[in-house]
Amino acid sequence: MIPLSNYLILGAILFCISMAGVFINRKNLIILLMCVELMLLAVNMNFIAFSHFLGDSGGQVFVFFILTVAAAEAAIGLAILVVLFRNRHSINVADLDSLKG
Amino acid sequence: MSFEQILFYVFAAILVFSASMVISVRNSVHAILFLVLAFFTSAALWLMLEAEFLAITLVLVYVGAVMVLFLFVVMMLDIKTATMREGFARYLPVGIIVALLTVAVMALAVGQRHFGLEQMPAPIPHGADYSNTRELGLLLYTTYVYPFEIAAVILLVAIVAAIALTLRQRGSSKSQNVPDQVAVRRNDRVRLVQMDAEKRK
Repeated sequence: MIPLSNYLILGAILFCISMAGVFINRKNLIILLMCVELMLLAVNMNFIAFSHFLGDSGGQVFVFFILTVAAAEAAIGLAILVVLFRNRHSINVADLDSLKG
Repeated sequence: MSFEQILFYVFAAILVFSASMVISVRNSVHAILFLVLAFFTSAALWLMLEAEFLAITLVLVYVGAVMVLFLFVVMMLDIKTATMREGFARYLPVGIIVALLTVAVMALAVGQRHFGLEQMPAPIPHGADYSNTRELGLLLYTTYVYPFEIAAVILLVAIVAAIALTLRQRGSSKSQNVPDQVAVRRNDRVRLVQMDAEKRK
């Protein structure tokens, strides 16, 4: 039998790997989007593990909604990326400074 | 070590390996392929947690649609890998340190002491006649029907936004001029001709 803590720690490791990915790939917008997808995967892993161990299917419904929203987010994010590349010929985050923020 | 544990550790090792390859490989296409591997292994882990419907959904929707979208975009854009790797070595130590610290803190919070088998006993596995899809459907179309409708609207908004953002007006593309079509009068289109009938030869 696998305890719940194993799944939770696996989710935590996955989340931290994607967080480190945001740190070290801060130039490449596509890798940043992929790191966000990995973070959502880690969260979904926790939801499903708790749903299994507590015997409550509501957690799986939440994962369903997270998947929906993540698909919408990926589609819009990639569309913005394509428009950005058309206008600036670069997806380097360091080049996106026209708002002077 | 039971068979279930061996399966869990093998899949977990593949998942962690592919996730770290996603953030560290040079080529974006390879990163996406490793992300696909990560999604496949987590689908296998979700199968072990008896979430069959979501495991299949992850493979069909994520690997089948979202990852292919990523691949298309990466292949459409011309990315210079060298400039993208600037600062990789500089931020690598701080990234690793922050990630390790966060893992340590989270492991303390969710470790064996609080979520071990004594505190959270493993549930009895369902029988062969149990349908996860049926269970989810019963919940989704009764208790969660309103969020379900909102999710549908969110997907519609995503479609409209993605098309509106990337649609490019080109001179050569043919399209209808709706105001002209609506404003047309009968006289613009129909011409009545008065003429004598022709005689039979």
